[in-house]
Amino acid sequence: MKVAFFLKNAYKKKAHVKANTWGPVMVVVLPLAFLALFYFFPLFEIFSVSIFPKGRPDLSGFTKVFFYNSYLRVIVFTVFQAAISTLLAVAVGIPGAYMFARFDFPGKRILKTIATIPFVLPSVVAAAALESILGQHGLLNSGLKSLFGPDFSGINIEHSLTFILIAHVFFNYSVVLRIVGGFWSRLDTSLGESAKMLGASGFRVFFSITLPLLRPAIFAASLLVFIFCFSSFGIVLILGGPKFATIEVEIYRQAAHLFNLPTAAALSIVQIVFTFIMMWVYTWLQRSSAVKINPDFTGLGGRKPSQKIALIFIAVNSAAILLFCGGPLISLFVKSFVTQSGLSFEYYSALFVNKSNSIFYAPPISAIGYSLMFALGALILALILGLSASYFLATHRGKIAGILDPIFMLPLSTSAVTLGFGFIIALDQPPLNLRSSPALVFIAHAIVAFPFVVRCLVPAMVSIPDSLRDAASILGASPANVYRHVDLPITARALVAGAIFAFTISLGEFGATLFIARPQTPTIPLAIFRFLGQPGSLNYGQAMAMSTILMLVAGFCFLVIEKFTRHTGMEI
Amino acid sequence: MKSVSKLLAAVLTVSIFFLMGCSDESSRTITVMTHDSFSISREVLEEYERTNNIKLKIIKSGDAGSALNQAILSKSNPLADVFYGVDSTFLSRALDADIFEPYDSPGLADVLEGLSLDSKNRLLPVDYGDVCLNYDVELFSKKGIKPPFSLEDLTKPEYAGMVVVENPATSSPGLAFLLATIAEYGEGGYIDYWKRLMANDTLVVQNWKVAYWGKFSGSSNGNSGGDRPIVVSYASSPPAEIYYAEKPPEKQKTAAIISPGTCYRQVEFAGILRGTKKRKLAEQVIDFFLSIQFQEDIPLQMFVYPSNRMAALPEVFLLYTKPSLSPISLEPARIAERRDRWIEEWTAAILRQ
Repeated sequence: MKVAFFLKNAYKKKAHVKANTWGPVMVVVLPLAFLALFYFFPLFEIFSVSIFPKGRPDLSGFTKVFFYNSYLRVIVFTVFQAAISTLLAVAVGIPGAYMFARFDFPGKRILKTIATIPFVLPSVVAAAALESILGQHGLLNSGLKSLFGPDFSGINIEHSLTFILIAHVFFNYSVVLRIVGGFWSRLDTSLGESAKMLGASGFRVFFSITLPLLRPAIFAASLLVFIFCFSSFGIVLILGGPKFATIEVEIYRQAAHLFNLPTAAALSIVQIVFTFIMMWVYTWLQRSSAVKINPDFTGLGGRKPSQKIALIFIAVNSAAILLFCGGPLISLFVKSFVTQSGLSFEYYSALFVNKSNSIFYAPPISAIGYSLMFALGALILALILGLSASYFLATHRGKIAGILDPIFMLPLSTSAVTLGFGFIIALDQPPLNLRSSPALVFIAHAIVAFPFVVRCLVPAMVSIPDSLRDAASILGASPANVYRHVDLPITARALVAGAIFAFTISLGEFGATLFIARPQTPTIPLAIFRFLGQPGSLNYGQAMAMSTILMLVAGFCFLVIEKFTRHTGMEI
Repeated sequence: MKSVSKLLAAVLTVSIFFLMGCSDESSRTITVMTHDSFSISREVLEEYERTNNIKLKIIKSGDAGSALNQAILSKSNPLADVFYGVDSTFLSRALDADIFEPYDSPGLADVLEGLSLDSKNRLLPVDYGDVCLNYDVELFSKKGIKPPFSLEDLTKPEYAGMVVVENPATSSPGLAFLLATIAEYGEGGYIDYWKRLMANDTLVVQNWKVAYWGKFSGSSNGNSGGDRPIVVSYASSPPAEIYYAEKPPEKQKTAAIISPGTCYRQVEFAGILRGTKKRKLAEQVIDFFLSIQFQEDIPLQMFVYPSNRMAALPEVFLLYTKPSLSPISLEPARIAERRDRWIEEWTAAILRQ
């Protein structure tokens, strides 16, 4: 009797699930509509103005881009440096990811936070930080000089490819760390342990079991790092010097300085098409490599290191992170206190004084307030869009998903100037006259941030075996409950990573917002730019003080986001 | 989950409130579009707004080039009523795009001679600045050598490895310096000059921030190690160094070289955007930009010179710098016609040899 009732009930539920297959389709409408309105429409408008200036097509931009040596060289260089940067970041990031996934040790969260902070720094500030360590007169060289005597010429990597690569790893290390690490921590260790018991060596286990299982996360992280370096702007502009230019730098030069819109548009299209192809290959790779495994719920936090070798590994790895990521950050911190009259809070107290009485003066509290407001808004918007998009991509694996997946990624590598100019001409009619509205800041940040959320979430979502979801729904869970009790706990870490990057992208003012008209809503990065715009030691000192505040705010928020999601996500 | 929805509700409320607050525009509100370097002091603006019952909404749109390009792109449906900050090197681009309405402001009567470049007064000169070489006073007196006097001096061995300049393709003072060399050496000779300059170990960096803060030894940023004592900056950078020093220094640390044939004059213009529905108010705002109150506020806000010859200069400007007596400038129409070519030529010959 009981069994019959259960079966009947299960049958009912199954029917209910079937009737609901339109659910995911409805869900994907939201991110699609958002993209159509705030990405494709502005792009379409700016491209039509650029390529059809007077109704007739002007293809001079394309001819230039494809037949002039200098542009081809820019394209080749862009791809080349992005590929090398990605390989380096992944190679350096995997040991770190392993450490964070498998071990528990004191200071773990602080270390992870330090590794993520570089991501939020404006490139002018990050460049200054890196130069104070690695530059011609940096700490490294003065150390070497005191070691080898004053005649030692030192290492000069300023304005070189090496410096660009180092900076890209500095920025993107945490992307690999968080995405691969988060995924890794959910891998069941029992497979590897059985192999070990059967006599496989540690290396063998890593290369034939762990690595293949990690592949989806490694691909996802590599893709993000690649796209970021591919569209790198500030780093290449400042650290690379005038000899190097990425497509993004060239677009900025053509659009903002030369007002050569046909060439800028042609380069933007090259950028977009290239990203689409990359994404398409990636999607294909990911689909052929994803393995569904039962997630491990036991080893959530990792274990305490017991073996000597594990302790040494953790010590070396932590020291490397502290030196490589922490060093430049500490140099900014120090600079904000070294005043002409010795160590003091002078630059910090100066932040509270509107010396020239300018209306654009931003008290630190209000700059922090605006930054947090925009970042929180962008975070929520990006999470809503990202969750809907990844839910669709993870549950629908047909052709449509195969095309949508690359499309969702495009905003990440689209030139900020192009999109900014697109906003100006597209969003100029009510009800969407957003050109000088602060709403555009949220939207512009969310557009760049939500692909990050998607990339973080999809590998984790795909790894959930359907049997788990089916079991839950057969037992009577509604789709919302299935999501809450199956998907959410398993993807919690991926969600944290996505949330943190979305937040950071907005906090660091990435993307089109630097090129859109905005009223007086000064954020921390904008305040830093304002200080660096005029000479005077007080201006430089205040820029350093503001940068330090930015780092502290970012670090604090990372910890809060992690804590917050841990409380809501781990309810099983 | 409760706290999530609470947070969401809070953010949404704040945002809606915020958006509504911003769409509240009365008929006495006038929108001014400008670049990131624009500034004005609180009391000058408030005083003007109060006495004229007017409200200025100022929107910043990136650097000078981006801001102007956005104004041109939005010409069929302008974002603002007035634009502040068209640089003389972009003057022809702005006029060709036909985005400004002529206005013969009474304020033009007091404008310094030679600054007005548009005979139809679509763009009115509001301020000017000289892009000049700055040098590290202390270092030169310590070494016992004289600072350079001409552009030619920069190629001499005693100044080897001392100079840092900005890339004209990505920087506004960089472009001004390139134009100065073109004016001095002619279209046929400037590349040769640059080759000699580069052979003298001159450093090219991407923008003013990198050059001044990162490479110039005279910028008093304490502990980052610029080691080049000569930089392309502005005639007004030395007073800014003094004004923004933590305490008044005993000696001037940096100075501008203003000898003939070394400084390039950039004039900035303001104008009424074509299509404004508030022409009368827009005229008032242009008059305000040319008025003594605003003009005397300019130096310490933006560190450029007022275009109004009646405007008194602040003390730091009188003590620590002078505008060049015989600045260089090129005709805007010629710049508009040749700029792309010069930059391409320069890039090919100097950067990517």
